[in-house]
Amino acid sequence: MTLTETKMSNKIGFFVRNQSIVVPIVAIFVAFFLGGILIFLQGVNPLVAYRAIFSEAWFDSDGLLRTFQKTTPLVLAGLAVTVGLRIGLFNIGAQGQLISAALASALAGIYITNLPPILHVLVALFCGVIVGALWAAIAGVLKAYRGVHEVISTIMLNSIAIGILDYLVSNPFKEPDQALQRTKKIAETAILPNIGFIPFGFILALIICLLVSVMLNRTTAGFRFNTVGKNKFAATYAGINMKLMIVTGMLLSGGLAGLGGAIETLGITYRFEPAFNAGLGFDGITIALLARANPLATIPAAILVGTLRAGGASLQFETGIEPEIVDVLLAITLLLVSAPILAKFLFKGKAQKSANVTSGWGN
Amino acid sequence: MLDFISENRKPIITLALVTVVAYVFYFLDEIKTTSVLVFGWGYAVPLVLAAMVGIIGERTGVVNIGIEGQMLMSAFASFFGSVITGNIYLGMVIGISAGLVMGAFLAVAAVKWEMDQIIAGVVINIVAAGLTSFFYAPGKTLPQLMPVVSIPILSDIPLIGPVFFRNGLFALATLFIVLAVNYAIFKTRWGLRSRSVGEYPSAADAAGINVLRIRMVNVTLAGALAGCAGAFLALEAAGTFARGLTAGRGFLALAIMIFGAWNPMGALAAALFFGLSTAIASQLQADEVINIPQQFVNLLPFVMTLVVLAIAVGRVRPPAAAGQPYTKEG
Repeated sequence: MTLTETKMSNKIGFFVRNQSIVVPIVAIFVAFFLGGILIFLQGVNPLVAYRAIFSEAWFDSDGLLRTFQKTTPLVLAGLAVTVGLRIGLFNIGAQGQLISAALASALAGIYITNLPPILHVLVALFCGVIVGALWAAIAGVLKAYRGVHEVISTIMLNSIAIGILDYLVSNPFKEPDQALQRTKKIAETAILPNIGFIPFGFILALIICLLVSVMLNRTTAGFRFNTVGKNKFAATYAGINMKLMIVTGMLLSGGLAGLGGAIETLGITYRFEPAFNAGLGFDGITIALLARANPLATIPAAILVGTLRAGGASLQFETGIEPEIVDVLLAITLLLVSAPILAKFLFKGKAQKSANVTSGWGN
Repeated sequence: MLDFISENRKPIITLALVTVVAYVFYFLDEIKTTSVLVFGWGYAVPLVLAAMVGIIGERTGVVNIGIEGQMLMSAFASFFGSVITGNIYLGMVIGISAGLVMGAFLAVAAVKWEMDQIIAGVVINIVAAGLTSFFYAPGKTLPQLMPVVSIPILSDIPLIGPVFFRNGLFALATLFIVLAVNYAIFKTRWGLRSRSVGEYPSAADAAGINVLRIRMVNVTLAGALAGCAGAFLALEAAGTFARGLTAGRGFLALAIMIFGAWNPMGALAAALFFGLSTAIASQLQADEVINIPQQFVNLLPFVMTLVVLAIAVGRVRPPAAAGQPYTKEG
């Protein structure tokens, strides 16, 4: 083997070893290429369309604030799904947990008065986290004690949350003299401020990301989580209480989603209105799978999704392309990162097998 | 016939009881009882069809969480297929074909690529929601209405006739499909092979059954039934398409499958239970017998799903190999 050949194979080896990073990046490019074809078919130059998204989202101080605002709850929604996946739970109910928390913290922000500013924010955040965690815990308890699969129970809890919240904001907690079904604005003392173009909540989300990463990789609790996620029989044999782990996992996952909803209410929307948070929980699934259930990788994944969501509106304004193109881009990306097509195409026999993380009906 | 009755004792007793109660109410109030039953059966049809998709998949060892997305794609394809071709029958064919394609996709992902089946299903749902909402064009109407067909003699039976035997094509076909799936699973060679693959694939393999092929075929064909369910929703029930038309029915169907113990007749009874409860709740609400907010009435099926699953899951047993990819050894 000549020197150049060795260098070449080293280079390829580098890509093969890091395919958990390479595959998502290639997937994004392929998705943008295919999405570009769709945009072209609608009579718009794809480059103009993509420039509209990114210039609005990144190169404009208002736009940058909006991008970070969109990204903040997405980081936490992605983290919620990630934590679940690490313990073998597929929490597709981040949506329901996030919106119930968003309302809870809005109510705390409106109806609790006479608190000093920082304390009020903390109390309101806490209310959101608790409500999100408890909403998820229903699914956890059903799974641990009755064997109900979390994918079905969390999707049902999503629909139930939407219905209950719809009732609450159209009746008892509706803003008076207002056609829209939404709550009043929260008190000034409960508002999470922006620091320039960075929302304070974004910094909070990054800190939580770091903490979760340390928790999963460096602590006994994280070790338990990973053991359960990798092999629950081994975990049971090692004396880990599975029922307790399932309920704890759902509590933690729901709490993270809840924090996302709370931050969104207190730092971005300042009130609860059902249309504000539509789809965030499902983007969380895309983000978690894009990040391969790695807590730190949810940050760039969430920034990407947040950028597309923030730029989608200006895309429609400038080119007339429906903002739902973003859903198509994300769907293609999700397909390519979760199915082993791309990895097999790129790395042939050296492709890593996609992991089996979820559980069947009976266990 | 006797076999069939003794094997399906529980569902048949349930159905008989429901029938008796229905007739008692029919003599009290003809119009209301008929309308409740029509509503209930209309609600149950897509759930039954979707539950068949789940049953066929899981009896062969493949969990299908993507029924929701398969139905949504088919509903979309059947509606816009009808609009573009100007012919509702072509739309039906296009819808069912879309179901087959979606079924084939799950089959390839779950069986060939050995992807995590639950993740594959959820991905199907997200992809279907994304594609259908991007390509959705508002303001289109069907070129013609789904024709209502009456089956001679049967449709003249009071109550049961107009409810079950005077309907659009998909609703009429549903009863037949349930019986056919039931027969196929329990009485044919294909059914025996499928079940053995779902219970103990390595034994089936040793007996010379091609595990991967039968899984591929079954999951793909089941997609056609998801296509029927989607086409029913768009062409027959709603008469239009809207974003998110399926509204969680694919997941309700999975609960019905479990409640019906992976048995087509059981799923039929379970879906009727869901449909009738919803219909009765709406009727009571309309009559102002009960006065709870409409939002809570709409939640009933979802709450029922959780309760039903909490009760049923521990008592019924899923096919042993459901959810596990099969890799041939050696």
